[in-house]
Amino acid sequence: MKFSTILTGGLTLCLAIGAQAATLDDVKNRGMVSCGVSTGLAGFSQKDENGMWSGLDVDVCRAVAAAVLGDDTKVQYKPLTAKERFTALQSGEIDLLSRNTTWTHTRDTSLGLNFAGVNYYDGQGFMVSKKIGVTTALELDGAAVCIQAGTTSELNLADYFRENKLSYTAITFDTADQTRAGFESGRCDVLTSDQSQLYAIRIGLKNPADALVLPEVISKEPLGPVVRQGDDEWFNITRWSLMAMVEAEFLAVDSSNVDNAMKNGSPSQKRLLGSEGDAGDKLGLDANWAYNIVKLVGNYGESFERNVGMDSPLKIARGQNAQWNNGGLMYSAPIR
Amino acid sequence: MSETDIQIKKKPSFINNPRNRAIFYQLLLLIGLGYFFFSIISNTLANMEARGIKTGYSFLSSTSGFDILMTLIPYDATSSYFQTFVVGMLNTMLVSVIGIFIATILGFLMGVAYFSKNWLIRKSSVVYVETFRNIPLLLQVFFWYSAVLATLPSARDSLSVGEAIFLNIRGFYFPKVINEPLSILVYIAFAIAVVAAVCLKIWAKKRQDKTGLQFPVLYASLALLIGLPLVVTLLSGVPFQLEYPVLKGFNFKGGVTIIPELIALTLALSIYTGAFIAEAVRAGVQAVPQGQSEAARSLGLKEKKIMSLIVVPQAMRVIVPMLNSEYQSLVKNSTLATAIGYPDLFTVFVGTSLNQTGQAIEIVFMTIAVYFAFNMSISFIMNQVNKRVSHIER
Ligand SMILES: N[C@@H](CCC(=O)N[C@@H](CS)C(=O)NCC(=O)O)C(=O)O
Repeated sequence: MKFSTILTGGLTLCLAIGAQAATLDDVKNRGMVSCGVSTGLAGFSQKDENGMWSGLDVDVCRAVAAAVLGDDTKVQYKPLTAKERFTALQSGEIDLLSRNTTWTHTRDTSLGLNFAGVNYYDGQGFMVSKKIGVTTALELDGAAVCIQAGTTSELNLADYFRENKLSYTAITFDTADQTRAGFESGRCDVLTSDQSQLYAIRIGLKNPADALVLPEVISKEPLGPVVRQGDDEWFNITRWSLMAMVEAEFLAVDSSNVDNAMKNGSPSQKRLLGSEGDAGDKLGLDANWAYNIVKLVGNYGESFERNVGMDSPLKIARGQNAQWNNGGLMYSAPIR
Repeated sequence: MSETDIQIKKKPSFINNPRNRAIFYQLLLLIGLGYFFFSIISNTLANMEARGIKTGYSFLSSTSGFDILMTLIPYDATSSYFQTFVVGMLNTMLVSVIGIFIATILGFLMGVAYFSKNWLIRKSSVVYVETFRNIPLLLQVFFWYSAVLATLPSARDSLSVGEAIFLNIRGFYFPKVINEPLSILVYIAFAIAVVAAVCLKIWAKKRQDKTGLQFPVLYASLALLIGLPLVVTLLSGVPFQLEYPVLKGFNFKGGVTIIPELIALTLALSIYTGAFIAEAVRAGVQAVPQGQSEAARSLGLKEKKIMSLIVVPQAMRVIVPMLNSEYQSLVKNSTLATAIGYPDLFTVFVGTSLNQTGQAIEIVFMTIAVYFAFNMSISFIMNQVNKRVSHIER
């Protein structure tokens, strides 16, 4: 709300004063990574009763903290709505945005931001109440649709209904909670968002079994961490922290066998974990940067299963998010 | 302070002349300020360029790509961001104007009620003011939206009056009047009635000034304003059609819809601001010396007349400046729309558009300019009103 005005004020001020310090130095001086997450989305970034954050997106923050500071708990989480997130990053309020954010051309080219990779391949879907008896999105003519402001979902929704010559009214809210409340109270017939978020929102409903996620997937939503443009060192660190998690899974290194792999592993395992080569040095980090990530946070597969996969209430199958050699899209460039 | 004054006092040197000095320092300040803003702006632009952030207003002509819940002008996803801006501005204006209107009526009623002889009326005024003035506005917005309107039944189980007016969680629906060619006669009749009512008022005042006789202008005008168009409507064979809202598929189609977001926001804004206006009215009435109403009473005026003819007109002197700032607060407070998704300027422009385009500085700047202009206009109008009420007083 008013927060976005304040952020913009901050943005103007810091752009006026200028002087762009290196994020890595800032983070080291502060001893903390400041990481923008969602205001609460099960499986992706969510705070528990003890104030501990967890989730697939949170694990990216933790991985970066582990790589840079050797401690995955040294993260300051900043919950941001969809509307606030980019301004918060541009103004330097956060070092890293890891908040189910879709990589799009506009965002990458005109906001002064860079996407460091993809940590979840998603697509937009629809959730309806079973009561209304709809089984496909093409039956949604005339429906009222709840949606979150400032998202790609807003744009895809307009495209989809226009393309299929269906009419609708868009009811736009600020946060995921309000959107869910709108859906639950019956203000709208349909809730639309990225499918992963639909599953997350559904388990937050009073009666999850009453809601149905329709089969249609109407868009491509590659979600990933974002950093400011113009700081290549920090960009590399973020990108490769994510890559390290994916590569660790590919190389079958996980948090339980990482010590052994470091001593006795294959050459590529050793290069990843720093017992061979100088991958860390090239990033301006310690040799055990990736060891810390795997040891403290786990590899991508572990993170996936724990937060959104079969070990979580969401029970999302790996699908597109499996390793490339398992029919998915997760593919790390080699570390060498 | 004329030139001659200074010359007579035997002029100081040019440098020591206080006037020249004043001008000099003002100029210095102006140049300093100018430089300050210039460097901020150019620095910002240079830094944005360096960071690869797009700048400029060209985005205003590109397609927005999203739809808006309620628009007063035709709008869809193919419209431009400039149209988004206009839609938001009109929606802000709508809620502000309705809010100000209701808040004023409510505020005056409640403010005057404070002086009622009736215990119940007096107390309800106190309770109203104390309750609504002391609860944060955001909470009140949520209250109306989530606690009251969200509990209404679904479209299928709407509350309805004669299958023509419907109320449900999606809004308030009523029939839309559609004109036929002959409708123009009715509008003309109404216009004539308005003119006649004004003439009647002038005539009645003249007559009262001359003879002291009173004429029931209010009732007569009401009869005119309602009666004349009604008679013409009937004579011309009711030249209107009604388009009824009907449930089709998921929602009602046809008729006029008032969305619950607008209802909740208007209620919250006008009830909250009304409480402050009631206080202003109370203060204004209390500021009128007791002697005024005593004098009126001794002239034999009825209590109601004393209030409306003697006290309130004098109280306006105190009330109007306070109204000015309450109205301005209402306009600014209308940005709370974003909490419930009413598509005001703040929500659709600083919210969605800013996020889709990333043009934060341009968009916030335009938005500030609009609120500034709105409030300057309110200030201007209220200053005119103020001039009039202070004149009447003397
Ligand atoms: N991936 C889309 C949508 C992201 C999004 O904000 N989705 C909502 C789902 S309703 C959400 O995560 N909200 C959480 C929050 O506001 O904290 C984007 O990048 O624009």
